[in-house]
Amino acid sequence: MAIKLPAALSPVGAVSPNAGPEGGPPPPRRSAVLRAVDRVGDFWIVGVLVVMVLAFGLKSPDHDLFTRASWLNTSDYAVEFLILAVGETFVIITGGIDLSVGAILGFTGMVSAAVMQSMLNGGDNSLLTTVVGFAVALLLGAVIGFANGYLITRLKLPPFIVTLGSLTAIGAAPALINGGNEIATLPSQITTIGSTEIANWIYVTFVIAAVVCVGMGFVLHRTRFGLRTYAIGSNNLGARRAGINVDTHLVRVYTISGVLGGLAGMMVTANFSVASPLAGTNDELNAIAAVVIGGASLFGGRGHMLGTVVGTFIIALLVTGLVLVGVSGSWQQVATGIIIVAAVAVDQVRLRLAER
Amino acid sequence: MSALEVSTPVAGERVPVIATRGITKHFGSVQALRGVDLEVYGGEVLGLVGDNGAGKSTLVNILSGSFQPNSGSMFVDGKQVTFASSLEARRAGIETVYQDLSLAPDLSVWANIFLGREQTVKGPLRLVGWLDRKAMARDAEADLERTRIRIGSVKALAGRLSGGQRQAIAVGRAVAWGSKVLLMDEPTAALGVEQQAKVGELVRSVSDQGVPVLLISHNLPQVHALCDRVVVLFQGRVVANLRPAESSVDDIVSWITGASLAATTAAFGALSRGASHDGELSHDGELSHGSELSHGSELSHGSELSHGSELSHGSELSHGSDPGHDGD
Repeated sequence: MAIKLPAALSPVGAVSPNAGPEGGPPPPRRSAVLRAVDRVGDFWIVGVLVVMVLAFGLKSPDHDLFTRASWLNTSDYAVEFLILAVGETFVIITGGIDLSVGAILGFTGMVSAAVMQSMLNGGDNSLLTTVVGFAVALLLGAVIGFANGYLITRLKLPPFIVTLGSLTAIGAAPALINGGNEIATLPSQITTIGSTEIANWIYVTFVIAAVVCVGMGFVLHRTRFGLRTYAIGSNNLGARRAGINVDTHLVRVYTISGVLGGLAGMMVTANFSVASPLAGTNDELNAIAAVVIGGASLFGGRGHMLGTVVGTFIIALLVTGLVLVGVSGSWQQVATGIIIVAAVAVDQVRLRLAER
Repeated sequence: MSALEVSTPVAGERVPVIATRGITKHFGSVQALRGVDLEVYGGEVLGLVGDNGAGKSTLVNILSGSFQPNSGSMFVDGKQVTFASSLEARRAGIETVYQDLSLAPDLSVWANIFLGREQTVKGPLRLVGWLDRKAMARDAEADLERTRIRIGSVKALAGRLSGGQRQAIAVGRAVAWGSKVLLMDEPTAALGVEQQAKVGELVRSVSDQGVPVLLISHNLPQVHALCDRVVVLFQGRVVANLRPAESSVDDIVSWITGASLAATTAAFGALSRGASHDGELSHDGELSHGSELSHGSELSHGSELSHGSELSHGSELSHGSDPGHDGD
């Protein structure tokens, strides 16, 4: 800090915390409703999740939702969306969107499975095969994510168009691998990861997803990288003027999203003990929905990792909960759609109230 | 920033903290700046005025590294520099309050103040860029307190503050970091009368400590009252270099609107026709160093034609003339 100013200088801005915004008289006391809105803050969606758990739990026959099997189903279903949504959170906070994550999941899962199958056919069932499989998936995801980011920043193309192109192109690629057939010849470690429960209540794949959420949550909320991610989405030009290399940062964000797409591909392969060319289809929509339900703004600058996790569980709970209460699969999609719109609408009303 | 070469100031002449020579900038077919020469000296408050489209904001964007000029040179403390980005300009000590404030509304006040220069914790977490949020909040509070800017809590989101408070933060941020020169593009546009006066105090206080301020404003009474020198841009050219002590607000207005320029051009045309008869004017219409008009020639209303100001018929006054103010 360069300049020392004399204490004699009179104040600029509001005169005191109790003063009005322009230093005038203090504002009138906020109503009880507005104060409650302030207190609830960004975490009202947690309350929605709790209400859903209670409602589905009490409504389901024999309160099945509260059983171990039901938790394992829900958490297992949430794994791929959690991992994809983490990357999507970063992207959406920058004001972008990544429609290609589902396609990356399917493509990287198939390619890594094909590589592992080839190594297995060569007689190598060692840990090395699994490590190579993971490395291929993550690296391939990184390359696709990097390409997305590069096209968006260097050619100044809209993220929607670039990632839609990736979705379309990469989405078709798994059908070209292994004749479009599933790959079930996998190393034993992969199937072990997908089927092992810790303390009978948590799958290893869910632990991996949780570690990703917590780790990337710290990156988003506690590091320079995270702060700059928010800054870019909040005011792109302002971030550039502040000396942030916005283009490089965006390339990194899309690369992270791609890497997480690759990781999700491995988790799905592990969960099902098979790599399917259909894996990941439409997953991007659930990932985006989870982020938006969690309070992120598609205009950028706003979002929270906890909100994303809660949003993902709301979507997962809709699937398992509605099945338990006997509602058909088609209605699950309808319910998800309604919740997305309702969550954003409530969020907007809440923000408007908070600004009063 | 890359120091390309060191200029050689004439012995005894003050070296401007920041200077430009022949800066041009065009956007497609629109010529925003047409060979701008400008000097800002230590401790002065220099007003930069002009009508909309005169090129003021373009010039500020070039000085702050946001735009790169098509031609011309820029000097900091006599060293030629080029800024490829805002970061390079900031590293050179040039801070800017932009017209749009350039604040991130979704970030807290402290985050806005430290954006791009974040403090990280010591130890291994530093490697992952772990923010020292407490230290930044504390320092931001202290910085705003030093500049007598009060906004309640530095943890408040910038977007939740009033327009005046946001403007105050942008000014406070620039004041806190600017070590060489402050560029202020309409810093009081969203402020009430009382707060405008307080920003004026702030500007004066900064310049009193030797840090010059380049103030761009449409508020001419404020410019007249606050500035040591006023440079007028007209259609991308510097057309006048005025001393408020010797010029009125009306004089500034007449330069901004081009009325004084037209009168001066007519007078200059008559003079140069006479000079031409005496063989003093070169073929291309440029007056050489030492010619009668070039060195601080007094024009109407106590104003001076500035260095390199191009007149409408293409004649140029030479460089090296007195800046018109000694930076007291």
